[in-house]
Amino acid sequence: MTLSDVMMVLPIAFILVWAVVLLLLDLWLPRERRGWLALLTALGLAVALGLDLAQSGRSGSAFREMVVLDNFAVFLNALYLVSGLVALALGYDYLKRMEIERGEFYAMMLFSIAGMMLLTQANHLILVFLALEFLSIPLYVLAGFARPRLESEEAALKYFLLGAFSSAFVLYGIALIFGATANASVTGVVEAVRSGNAEMGFLTAGAVMLLVGFGFKVAAVPFHEWAPDVYQGAPTPVTGFMAVATKAAGFAVLMRLFLNLFPGLAANLTPIFWGVAALTMIVGNLLALAQSNIKRLLAYSSIANAGYLLMAFVPYGNAQVASQAVSSMLFYLLAYGLTTLGAWAVVVALEQAEGRGLALEDYAGLGPKYPWLGVTMLIFMLSLTGVPLTLGFWGKFFLFRTAVAAGYVDLAIIGLLTSVISAYYYLRVVVIMYMRPGEPKVRRDGWLNLVAIGTAAAVVLLSVVPVQVLNLAAQAVLRLP
Amino acid sequence: MILGMNGLVWLIALPLVGFVVLLFIPSEAKKALRWVALLASLATFGVALGVLAQFQVGNPGLQMVVRQPWVRIGDVAIEFYLGVDGLSLLMVLLTAFLTPIAILSTWSAVEERVKGFMLFFLLLESGMLGVFLALDLVLFYVFWEFTLVPMIFLIGVWGGERRVYAAVKFFLFTMFGSVLMLLGILYLGLQTRTFAWDALLQQRAVFAAAQLWLFLAFGLAFAIKVPMFPLHTWLPDAHVEAPTAGSVILAGILLKMGAYGFLRFNLPLFPQATLQLAPWMAGLAVVGILYGAAVAYAQQDVKKLVAYSSVSHLGFVVLGTFALTAQGLAGAVLQMVNHGLSTGALFLIVGMLYERRHTRQMSAFGGIWKVMPVLGALSLVVTLSSLGLPGLNGFVGEFTILLGAFRSTALGSPWFAGVATVGVILAAVYLLTMFEKVFLGPVRHEENRTLPDLNAREVLTLVPILVLIFWIGLYPQPFLNLINPSAEQLAALVQSVAMAAH
Repeated sequence: MTLSDVMMVLPIAFILVWAVVLLLLDLWLPRERRGWLALLTALGLAVALGLDLAQSGRSGSAFREMVVLDNFAVFLNALYLVSGLVALALGYDYLKRMEIERGEFYAMMLFSIAGMMLLTQANHLILVFLALEFLSIPLYVLAGFARPRLESEEAALKYFLLGAFSSAFVLYGIALIFGATANASVTGVVEAVRSGNAEMGFLTAGAVMLLVGFGFKVAAVPFHEWAPDVYQGAPTPVTGFMAVATKAAGFAVLMRLFLNLFPGLAANLTPIFWGVAALTMIVGNLLALAQSNIKRLLAYSSIANAGYLLMAFVPYGNAQVASQAVSSMLFYLLAYGLTTLGAWAVVVALEQAEGRGLALEDYAGLGPKYPWLGVTMLIFMLSLTGVPLTLGFWGKFFLFRTAVAAGYVDLAIIGLLTSVISAYYYLRVVVIMYMRPGEPKVRRDGWLNLVAIGTAAAVVLLSVVPVQVLNLAAQAVLRLP
Repeated sequence: MILGMNGLVWLIALPLVGFVVLLFIPSEAKKALRWVALLASLATFGVALGVLAQFQVGNPGLQMVVRQPWVRIGDVAIEFYLGVDGLSLLMVLLTAFLTPIAILSTWSAVEERVKGFMLFFLLLESGMLGVFLALDLVLFYVFWEFTLVPMIFLIGVWGGERRVYAAVKFFLFTMFGSVLMLLGILYLGLQTRTFAWDALLQQRAVFAAAQLWLFLAFGLAFAIKVPMFPLHTWLPDAHVEAPTAGSVILAGILLKMGAYGFLRFNLPLFPQATLQLAPWMAGLAVVGILYGAAVAYAQQDVKKLVAYSSVSHLGFVVLGTFALTAQGLAGAVLQMVNHGLSTGALFLIVGMLYERRHTRQMSAFGGIWKVMPVLGALSLVVTLSSLGLPGLNGFVGEFTILLGAFRSTALGSPWFAGVATVGVILAAVYLLTMFEKVFLGPVRHEENRTLPDLNAREVLTLVPILVLIFWIGLYPQPFLNLINPSAEQLAALVQSVAMAAH
């Protein structure tokens, strides 16, 4: 282990140390000073974000090719860190008023983020598995953080059981790949495949297992069952964090491993991806139609969005569109992330104790009564629908463009038609907000307003200069062996 | 050029300037809000007149072009590309003309949430002008989709009883059509590496093989918007539930976006498919003419009657378009203007009646002329204009269309025009019946005896429209001069393809 090795993972290392410090500090801090922990956590995330951005443009590997660093990782790490910061802002007041503020919240958050970053940079299958567990276990805890509320405990248990199940799939996949190539390092597997020393049947089976495992993490149909219950039961700031950061991390590892390890298996895997993407878009959007709880609605929306992202990934084996696929997916993750975090901020603002204030009816009258909050939610719903002059429109535009460019017009048609379906349930929120009379109860909270207005402004303003954002995503290239 | 910026950019920007000013006015200051919105739309109309003054009559090509690269994806650029020609100029003028009138009509009709109403109205104007000016396909799509957002609010917040249903139906129908258009746009962009309208025109050969599919993808979006039979079911709901100003804009301009889309994109970009499908499109148009007229006749609600008359009248526009003769095309564009004027005015009149009586059932009226002679006289002119009386604007448009369709080689049969002529007669039947039931005869209801006649503001909303109704009816040549060069060029383009095919 040399200094340059450590430099490659400096933001991760920093966050881990910071998390441990915070855990210890929590023991010494008096109860009424809990707020300090949140601020210190934010400070830690901000420093890590600075360290991460300072690495942009660098590329290389460390710890004997166990981890890699590339702009792809820098981009996604920044996304996790920003999501973490937003989740803190959402939780600052929320945790207090729900009386669930405990010091472990912040440490768990940091551990989970460190796990995501490690997962994104991992270049060895064992490390992939470790990082996956490292990001998941704190999330199981966080999902159950609203203990003793039953829904929260149910969410934690469900997430844990199904998460463990999916981890087993990943582990089994890794074992199969190891069996097929006698290697667990990405570089080694690639070498084995290249030299023809790989047992292709087992390799394919391993790839499918990985797809199943990561499919759970990104909530793709048919591995999505846990998402609505967990999203609903978990404390809302945690849900927002999971909807954005965890999903992004799942896609990050999916992209890195499949583009690196299995470009040759595309002929076998593409039909599977095709089916999963189509199913996810259709089922996610159709089930969202029936929801009357905003958290469940956004949960199904996040499932549907996983489908759109997967659609662009179907042609991953086609070298001509692979880089376009990656950049359009990263763009979409950013657009989706900003939009969704903002929407969750609005949800937090309306949520009352004991899970009240989460029904769609509770949004009646929000538009006229609270113009700022109403307009921001309107912008988020329009962006999720994909209406122009929002970032969501360009996100869909680039994704569909990739699908059409790769010749998957059929998938694009499914995607476009399902987005018409999605318009119906996003519009329902708008209709209830603006066209039904009501007296919504809104928590006045400066941090929430900042997040909602900031993300809404970004969603609209960045849509005028989408190309700058796209270039950012396009520079976030994967380091291929 | 005003302030160094192209007039077309100002057309889109001025309503937005008004939008920003409105943001800073408190929502209690209703008067100030209305005036600012009115002034912004009047200023926009002023710029539109400036554009007209600069327009070179006789030049069939694009004029006053603004072109800026906007989004560069790889080697393809989406451009901020605006321009006018004979097809779009009159639409731009119509939009800028009707918007201040519509805003003026809300003076006493919209009392709640005035600020929001005006904000959305100005956004809508900006979006509609963008649709008619955009020459880059993606830019066009952006404006096209964007107009949905203010419109759903105008219907859904300020509309009638079933407003939410109507608003959502409107949104979903239109979006369903336009997503497939987006697919077509993406395909064109990938095939030709450009989204610019004129560049695509040059490279027609590249996507010639997929023409039929592309025609259908674009055509569905436009046919829903027009709306063509059998895709019209959203229209009666939206029209009836929308507030008066919304109906005026919906009938006057939004429907024209669909007809304009056919003229701008389907005909020149996919001429073979156009020729192939022309009899089908014309057939649907004729069905729409007769069906719209028949259903209009059956209505008891004046607003519904006017709404279905739109289906019938727009059928003429589509018939003229797919006659594919210079005459038919010119007639179609002129009829688009005429319909905007006549139907816009009819909706204003219905709104005035509704404001006084809070009902739109024809049975609740009768003998209104005796009580409100000014409204009666103005309404008579508008009704006659809508049914196509010679000497008024409707006749010129419909006659030109029928003439064009009668001689059309693309349709291959004079029967399309022949059957459509029945629609003219039917229009007279249902419109005159309506006029008779509402305005003529004895005053049947006591509460109607005391209705106040139009005030100065209301007269002011109708008079400009009436001036144009007479002007186009008596001396249409200046208008046709604006349209004809572009219409002839478009007809020649399609016909040259037809010749090549034989």
